[in-house]
Amino acid sequence: MSNRELFIAFWTILVKEIRRFTRIWAQTLLPPAITMTLYFIIFGNLIGSRIGQMGGFNYMEFIVPGLIMMSVITNSYGNVVSSFYSTKFQRHIEELLVSPPPNWIILAGYIIGGSVRGLLVGLIVTLLSLFFTDLYIHNFWVIVSVVFLTAILFSLGGFINAVFANSFDHISIIPTFVLTPLTYLGGVFYSITLLPEFWQHVSQINPILYMVNTFRYGILGVSDINIGVAYAMIIGVIVVLFSYSMYLLNTGKGIRQ
Amino acid sequence: MTTALSIKDLRKVYNNGFEALKGISFEVQEGDFFALLGPNGAGKSTTLGIVSSLVNKSSGQVEVFGYNLDTDASKAKCELGVVPQEFNFNMFEKVEDILITQAGYYGIPASEAKKRSEFYLRKLGLWDKRDGPSRSLSGGMKRRLMIARALMHEPRLLILDEPTAGVDIELRRSMWEFLREINAKGTTIILTTHYLEEAESLCRHIGIIDQGTIITNTSMRELLQQLNTETFILDISPAQTECPPLDGYQATLQGDHTLLVDVEKSQGLNQVFAQLSAQGVEVTSMRNKSNRLEELFVSLVDKTLGDNKKGGSDDE
Ligand SMILES: Nc1ncnc2c1ncn2[C@@H]1O[C@H](COP(=O)(O)OP(=O)(O)OP(=O)(O)O)[C@@H](O)[C@H]1O
Ligand SMILES: [Mg+2]
Repeated sequence: MSNRELFIAFWTILVKEIRRFTRIWAQTLLPPAITMTLYFIIFGNLIGSRIGQMGGFNYMEFIVPGLIMMSVITNSYGNVVSSFYSTKFQRHIEELLVSPPPNWIILAGYIIGGSVRGLLVGLIVTLLSLFFTDLYIHNFWVIVSVVFLTAILFSLGGFINAVFANSFDHISIIPTFVLTPLTYLGGVFYSITLLPEFWQHVSQINPILYMVNTFRYGILGVSDINIGVAYAMIIGVIVVLFSYSMYLLNTGKGIRQ
Repeated sequence: MTTALSIKDLRKVYNNGFEALKGISFEVQEGDFFALLGPNGAGKSTTLGIVSSLVNKSSGQVEVFGYNLDTDASKAKCELGVVPQEFNFNMFEKVEDILITQAGYYGIPASEAKKRSEFYLRKLGLWDKRDGPSRSLSGGMKRRLMIARALMHEPRLLILDEPTAGVDIELRRSMWEFLREINAKGTTIILTTHYLEEAESLCRHIGIIDQGTIITNTSMRELLQQLNTETFILDISPAQTECPPLDGYQATLQGDHTLLVDVEKSQGLNQVFAQLSAQGVEVTSMRNKSNRLEELFVSLVDKTLGDNKKGGSDDE
């Protein structure tokens, strides 16, 4: 296939993905908007006003970056895991398998599709947060790059989950039992400097901590961890997940007998 | 002549250890209309699945118009259109979008895809349904949509796995017409079917597969020549109590108005009529006992079944 044809194939998958989540917007875009508004009101306004300062900022300012990242993470992951699983389940994955695009184009289509949903929800949540607090921009490029990389990373995670899933139950196990706890413990709601030293060390093996803190650094200019280390780690994980996804696609795991 | 499909020593062992294909080889030439026949579970869909990249092979080689599926997958896939046995649409997607999306996967821009989808939807009688979701189509319509989808990139080789299963007679005939038409325009076609009448009417070459091995691969004409005798059913009057003697033919009376006569190729039918007239028996109508191909098919498959049983008992 020529480059132009490859691009059309990629674009077709991407558009199909975007059409899917916008068609069912009441299940995809609306719920995070409602949940996050509740978080802003309850944790930010009501409880936050009694907490006082966190990391040198008022509590609302502190949690907004974390909640934006939380939305990006769950929605990127959730989009790819449910879209690719239902593609498999309804067997229209076969439409792609018989077609000429190489596997990396297929993967790219799904991953960018999931990232678009993650970023769109992130944007919606950001706009909603403006009703409650001012948005600072400490370093624009850090904000954009880390949110984009995070969306890609979790889209890849969702893809791998979908490859292994054999039932609709399997697509909610990881989000419920792994992703949600890691996010809550990943410095969304508190600075890990509040923890005893031992738990600070434990927290540092949580990859989500790095993404949330880097993003918060981009907005507020404060972070519990080293930003350079965070980037290296995020990019490293993306490389590993991408290679593994390609391996799964090339061997036809879960999609070819 | 160009070879449209070449399969060499293809083997497939499924994950559960079942050996569905035991090393099959055959070729289909460009422009041919080829039938792949065999009983349920013979390995037809497995073979076509491997050719269409839906099933991983265990070993062997597949080439589509000279492009090896292992080393030149993209090019091979561009030459190939696939109509699978089971429906595999996104049930929520609009009929027209299914076609345009499929074309997009082949790198065809939306403007061109829209033109082609209109052409094929009209051609296959689905134009009225273009705005509905695919799950709102009837079974026969879904089959036609799968055919339209397989043609969007104008492949040189079209493979269809039981395209007329569950399609009513009238529609089946119009589908045959359509397939003949695209074959006449140069598309090579391979199909599987359980309607041997369909294979006989459409196909020029035939492969019969049974229990993962090819047992016959020949032209339809040669195959039919293997049939030496044919049984005719004659409706006769007046009613008979005993089978009228027919010199040189094997005949049996069935009820009092029906006569079954086995006729060898060399014999012809004139003598049957002559002898019956001489006895004052009138033939009111006549037909073939059943599809001749069907009988041959059953005898071929039974033979391998017998052979395999023998092989099995030797092992014990
Ligand atoms: N996914 C699978 N796992 C294990 N065995 C399988 C699988 N798919 C097919 N088989 C077995 O392989 C054999 C060949 O199946 P295949 O679908 O190729 O038959 P077929 O000739 O297309 O039959 P039909 O006319 O019923 O469609 C069968 O015995 C079937 O049970
Ligand atoms: Mg089959």
